[in-house]
Amino acid sequence: MLLPLLTGVEVTFWICAVLAIAGAVGLVAFAKPVYSALCLALVMICLAVIYASMGAPFLFVVQIIVYTGAVLMLFLFVVMLVGVDAADSLTETMRGHRLAVALAAIGVLALLTLVIVQGVHGHPVGVDAANEAAGGNVEGLAELIFGRYVIAFEATAALLITAAVAAMVLAHPELLRRKLSQFDLAAKRMTTYEASGQGLAPRPASGVFARHNSLATPALLPDGQIAEASLSPALTGRAVTASPEDLWSAHDDVLVALEQAEDVDFEDALIESDPVIEQAEVDFLDDQAGVDSDSASDQVSADAELVAVVAQVEATQSVPVVPGSDAPVAPQPDEPVEVLVDETVDAATDRPSAAATDPLVDDGYTPASDDTEEER
Amino acid sequence: MLETLTPTIASGLFDYAWLLIAIPALMAALLLIIGRATNRFGHWLATCAPIASFVLALILFVDLLGADPSARAVELTVYTWASAGAWQIDVGLLIDPLSILFVLLITGVGAIIHIYSLGYMATDPNRRRFFAYLNLFIAAMLILVLADSYVVLFIGWEGVGLASYLLISFWQSRPSAAAAGKKAFLYNRVGDLGLLMAIFTLLAFFGSTKFAVVEPLAGELSPAWATFLGFMLLLAACGKSAQVPLQGWLLDAMEGPTPVSALIHAATMVTAGVYLVVRSGAFFEQSTAASLAVAIVGTVTLLVGAWIGCAQDDIKKVLAGSTMSQIGYMMLAAGIGPIGWAFAIFHLLTHGFFKANMFLGAGSVMHAMSDDTDMRHFGALRRAMPITFVTFGIGYLAIIGFPFLSGFYSKDHIIEAAFESNTALGVLALIGAGVTAFYMTRLIIMTFFGSKRWAKGVHPHEAPVAMWIPLVVLALGSLIGGVALNGWIGGWLSGVGADSPGHASWLPQFNWLTWVTLLVVALGVLLGWWLYVKRPVSAKTPVPLPIGTAIGRQLTGDAVVSTVVSRPGLALGRGVALLDQRVIDPLTDAIGHVSTALGSGLRRLENGNVRTYGVTMAIGVVLMGLALILVWLV
Amino acid sequence: MTSIYLLLAAILFTIGLVGFLLRRNALVVFMCVELMLNAANLVFVAFSTHYGILTGQMAAFFVMVVAAAEVVIGLSIIVMIYRTRRSTSVDNLTVLKG
Repeated sequence: MLLPLLTGVEVTFWICAVLAIAGAVGLVAFAKPVYSALCLALVMICLAVIYASMGAPFLFVVQIIVYTGAVLMLFLFVVMLVGVDAADSLTETMRGHRLAVALAAIGVLALLTLVIVQGVHGHPVGVDAANEAAGGNVEGLAELIFGRYVIAFEATAALLITAAVAAMVLAHPELLRRKLSQFDLAAKRMTTYEASGQGLAPRPASGVFARHNSLATPALLPDGQIAEASLSPALTGRAVTASPEDLWSAHDDVLVALEQAEDVDFEDALIESDPVIEQAEVDFLDDQAGVDSDSASDQVSADAELVAVVAQVEATQSVPVVPGSDAPVAPQPDEPVEVLVDETVDAATDRPSAAATDPLVDDGYTPASDDTEEER
Repeated sequence: MLETLTPTIASGLFDYAWLLIAIPALMAALLLIIGRATNRFGHWLATCAPIASFVLALILFVDLLGADPSARAVELTVYTWASAGAWQIDVGLLIDPLSILFVLLITGVGAIIHIYSLGYMATDPNRRRFFAYLNLFIAAMLILVLADSYVVLFIGWEGVGLASYLLISFWQSRPSAAAAGKKAFLYNRVGDLGLLMAIFTLLAFFGSTKFAVVEPLAGELSPAWATFLGFMLLLAACGKSAQVPLQGWLLDAMEGPTPVSALIHAATMVTAGVYLVVRSGAFFEQSTAASLAVAIVGTVTLLVGAWIGCAQDDIKKVLAGSTMSQIGYMMLAAGIGPIGWAFAIFHLLTHGFFKANMFLGAGSVMHAMSDDTDMRHFGALRRAMPITFVTFGIGYLAIIGFPFLSGFYSKDHIIEAAFESNTALGVLALIGAGVTAFYMTRLIIMTFFGSKRWAKGVHPHEAPVAMWIPLVVLALGSLIGGVALNGWIGGWLSGVGADSPGHASWLPQFNWLTWVTLLVVALGVLLGWWLYVKRPVSAKTPVPLPIGTAIGRQLTGDAVVSTVVSRPGLALGRGVALLDQRVIDPLTDAIGHVSTALGSGLRRLENGNVRTYGVTMAIGVVLMGLALILVWLV
Repeated sequence: MTSIYLLLAAILFTIGLVGFLLRRNALVVFMCVELMLNAANLVFVAFSTHYGILTGQMAAFFVMVVAAAEVVIGLSIIVMIYRTRRSTSVDNLTVLKG
């Protein structure tokens, strides 16, 4: 036999040991905490498997459920809270620290190895006999935990309760000053208004267009410029807001798409369609022809109307919109382009559908980080 | 052996003798504790206190007058202060012919001066505090003279020292006043040391300091210890009464308000030394050396004070020098022996009247001259201030010993007794009388006669009524005090230990010495008249003396003290400081530097970085493991 | 056989130690601590098997419970630190330096 004689337990061990060490190294070596956490999960699962192979099914389950499932997920949660995309710098800042760590690690490993080599003799007995004597691994452990070690068990219960309370106390943010009530805010707004003449009215809402319902879409002033007050400072700070040019130019692409649709079978569609819609379409196109393209506000409203018309046409005719009509809206090229013409506009109501009203998800911003920034 | 009165236990009115002290003490406490609330009426209350005490003292005095001469000492034990082993220290009062005279003087002159102060301090912002201190002084002084033991006497002794300190530096915003108060206090401390030593000696030998206990036992002291005790008591008296080695503070004490100078630094407190010597007469009798020392100190001070009086242009300082000189007379009398004690007390009483009279007169003059005390700026005030002039004139005649005025009787007795005791002392006392006449004439001429040398904007005017009534009362005292007391006081005090001098008449016995004294006094007056009436006094330059003004000014002993005590003390201090800086500081600094260096070295370990701690811990674990392995191997 | 389990535990422990000492992110440091706890658990289980007694497994169970409690506290502390300092680097927490 070329293969060494290996039992199933040994095979399990070697596979899991290699994976566990790899995971442990990854835990230390990855710069991103998320990867580290996942590596730790790998290590824990490997250990769980090893436990299972060693006749400890209860620990296997606990390791998976409690450790990997609960504890590690808590880790991941905090990692997300703190910032998932932040990578740590791995350059050492303290002089001589790495050498000291290497010395300490080698020393500890050598000592442990020495102890293991020197101190452990004989063959393992195995817990199968013990498990059987108690009628199973879980029953055996239960006898111990609720029997001889029940006091320790109760102590851990108290410990857990304390920890839960402590976590709540610690996580509860301490308000440095009284939280402002609505009354206070209104009073403050009036004071600001009195002082500087600003801020009495609510801030303008973000620009809600048929094709863009993201918070990052600014409201436009009559002259086509961005109404700064309509944007969250957090978004402006990150420079992820849509540029007004894109908002203006969007309808050009739609027009092109419309033309192409006309070329295919628009006339048939018109013939079969409701005469009212047909008339509307014709009127619109007539109007459009007469509109001077340098009036931004007209353009925007015309854009909206046009989109509505097109959508209705699509809904009735099932005319596929050419994919090329998607206009790049967001300034970052790697951000997902969000032109939602075909999914988000409800034909019947002319409004963005509920499915697309979660701009945060679309924009890839985690609410947690936004919240923490505002807390500041 | 002296005839000392055995005190009887107090009964009747004497049970309330403690009120003498309690009233002013309570009033002082009231004014000081309640504070500003009593600003408006506090001075009236404070003025009532010595008057009440005086009335009570008068009643007790009458009581004593009516008693049998052998039963004229009453003791009142107030409470037991401390009881330790064989020693029991009672707080008790002794009312006998000597102390009641003092009580009358203190409360009487004190009341008059309180009334005077009502006018003098009318506009002072701290008037309440001033009156509170005055009452505190009255209480302390009464404790001093009413004490039945040296320990209680010491309480009063320190109390008057404190009151004196507080009142000298009453205008404490003036650096000179603050320094003067401190100086007086320090000089007094030297004297207090003597009194303390005397008290310790008494306690060691007799286990008690009660006059009634220790005085009959004085004869059991060995001569050496008696001399020691006498010198210690003399030291105490010198400190309190500004006698020669410790005379420097009295002139500076004139920084205090003038009523204070009159009450404390002329009439009462400074005479406490004389009281002490007379009260301790039993011990001085055991030691000729100590008695002689008292007489010598008195004589020297008599001359030094007179010389100082000649050399000063400041009216209050002239009077202060005169006070020293007059107390010198009293000390001389007290040093002569039992025969002089009554004269000492007699002169003390008359001096209390005429010196307080003149101080208050000086205060009146200052009041008129915008608080100027320089006599060179006075002159021709007799027309501007007739009442002050007349009363001051009576005081002047009394102090120079003009016939039938109070000083004439008392001083004449002392000079006479001095001649009987020791011719040298007598001659010096006689010269002193002449010099006294000279400088007092100088003072009165520069102040009330001659040309106006007033500063610009000064318009002298007579003092308010609250101020001149006390002047008149005291002037009356100066006028008739001698006549009234002359025939009586010797017999009155005989029970306290003084031998009756035998002058039972109010008329003085004119013998050859009386005429010589009068002649010397007349010479002094003529010299003064000749020097300061014949020659104009300059308002600027120091007024020349026939003999060294400069020496006269040095006689306060400030230079001596500064050479003998201050400079060596400072040098010693500098030496110790140098030792401290060069030897001890470097040593302690070295300890500090070493630990600082160690600390800053160790501080590097404590860099606050968790990872460093972790590495340290891990390496520590490894090292411990290695050590364990080594142990296991060995 | 037991020795190789123990050696694996030793290696994991050492890697955890190295990570604990080298990493600056408090979260990762904490994970490394968890790794060391896991290595210790492995030792418990290995000896349980070696001697055929269940007590070792029970000890490992207790370790897990305690670790859970510890994680709860530790993480909330880290969150608090992050909230106040906007950083989870342990190198920034040097307020207690001498």
